[in-house]
Amino acid sequence: MILKEHLQDLGKKTLGLLKYVGAISLLMADTFSKLFVRPIRANQIVKHMAKIGVQSLPIVSLISFFTGMVLALQSAYQMQKISAEMYIASLVALSMTRELGPVLTALIVAGRCGASITAEIGTMKVTEQIDALRTMATNPTSYLVVPRFWAMLLMLPVLTIYSVIIGIAGGYVIGRYKLHISHHMYNKMTFQPLHNKDLYSGLLKSLVFAVIICIVACFEGLNAKEGAEGVGKATTSSVVRSFILIIAADCLITALLYFIGR
Amino acid sequence: MIEIINLSKSFGDNKVLDDLNLTINDGETTVIIGRSGCGKSVLLKHIMGLMRPDSGQVLINGKNVCAMEEKDLNKIRLKFGMLFQGAALFDSLSIGENVGFMLLEHTNTPQQVIEKRVKECLALVGLKNIEHLKPGELSGGMKKRVGLARAICMRPEVVLYDEPTTGVDPIMGDAINDLIMELHDKLQVTAIAVTHDMKSAYKIATRIAMLYDGKIIVKGTPKEIESSKDPVVRQFVTGAAIGPITEAAGMKDMIGKVN
Repeated sequence: MILKEHLQDLGKKTLGLLKYVGAISLLMADTFSKLFVRPIRANQIVKHMAKIGVQSLPIVSLISFFTGMVLALQSAYQMQKISAEMYIASLVALSMTRELGPVLTALIVAGRCGASITAEIGTMKVTEQIDALRTMATNPTSYLVVPRFWAMLLMLPVLTIYSVIIGIAGGYVIGRYKLHISHHMYNKMTFQPLHNKDLYSGLLKSLVFAVIICIVACFEGLNAKEGAEGVGKATTSSVVRSFILIIAADCLITALLYFIGR
Repeated sequence: MIEIINLSKSFGDNKVLDDLNLTINDGETTVIIGRSGCGKSVLLKHIMGLMRPDSGQVLINGKNVCAMEEKDLNKIRLKFGMLFQGAALFDSLSIGENVGFMLLEHTNTPQQVIEKRVKECLALVGLKNIEHLKPGELSGGMKKRVGLARAICMRPEVVLYDEPTTGVDPIMGDAINDLIMELHDKLQVTAIAVTHDMKSAYKIATRIAMLYDGKIIVKGTPKEIESSKDPVVRQFVTGAAIGPITEAAGMKDMIGKVN
């Protein structure tokens, strides 16, 4: 009896998951199919670019700078033991470019902008504004999702590059003023191990993360239910699911690039 | 002409519309009355193609909107206007942008002409110089009137009103009734309103239809409805707490305790 209940529960959860994956895939396909359909809402795209990009700069700067510093300090413990402090520059540069820059930026943007997108669209849903859009012969995906998608797709890679630069600067401050590595040496050890593929892998990740953040945030907003509580739940789901998917996608891309690069 | 044929819709075990039939003639104002939660708004959403029925059809000029693709539905929606219960104005846009939304989105009308039309529509609902304000800065009654201005900006052939007088004071409610009648006379639109406000229904309706238990149980002129002998209709139009509607809903005990 208990086993039957567990199996039923497992079945329900699996069906729920498949339903979610199916619905979110449909929204993604719908969004991609409308990316180049006129009218291209340039004003809205620019407005969202400012919200996602420009307004995220302070928090991205702060977190990236501290992360760069912490990374340098933590690695200094081990590196000093083998007198290899100068490799800290390479470690910070590679870690920021390939991993921490894209992932940290995506997590910040998912928390800051993804939540805001879900709350905004969710409020529109529960106050019948989405229905109003449809009655006025306007497709909600075209009007609400596509401009945010373009803005996210354009701004997340830019923010990622910015985060990498600031992170390296954070590492430089520790390397130069705490570990007394010369400017020339730090510079050389930062750029010597960096190859184009490191930069490309970081940018590829940021593009995938942009798709995840925007689609999950819009999907949760468009499916918000039952008033203010529903919008709250949708916002929480949006952030949690984005975080999980970002980390999962990061793991997958890293593994793929590792095997391709071998 | 709008024909609703054998329309059924359930949400889980709750059958909201049950083989519902209704015909709405061109140029008439049809008011659908019924208790809160009886499915009036659901019916309106089916007419606009916002919801798909479990079975049945909604024919607009002979075309079934329930089986239409979104693209074809949008062509029909351009001829419709809808006033939502809470006005559903877009928070991120100004009042002027809200009212002129459809013109801006679906026509190549020059900006100056749109601005002029927005002013005209706002004047028609008794509002002036509020184009630059945001919906959050307006009172409930003003929002409803802006919603009405938005619904008529494209000069629609059919206007749907979802509880047009709910949530506004009696004076504003009557002003909205007058507006609906004035719009009907001036623009000759077909109107469908859903409400449980009988004063409003008697005033604006050419015909009244009552939705009960998922079906239209009676349809007639305001006078016919007012003098109806059907106990369900009588209880609703007189607003009596005790009668067949509350008994069927299992509210007898509650009413007994209150009394």
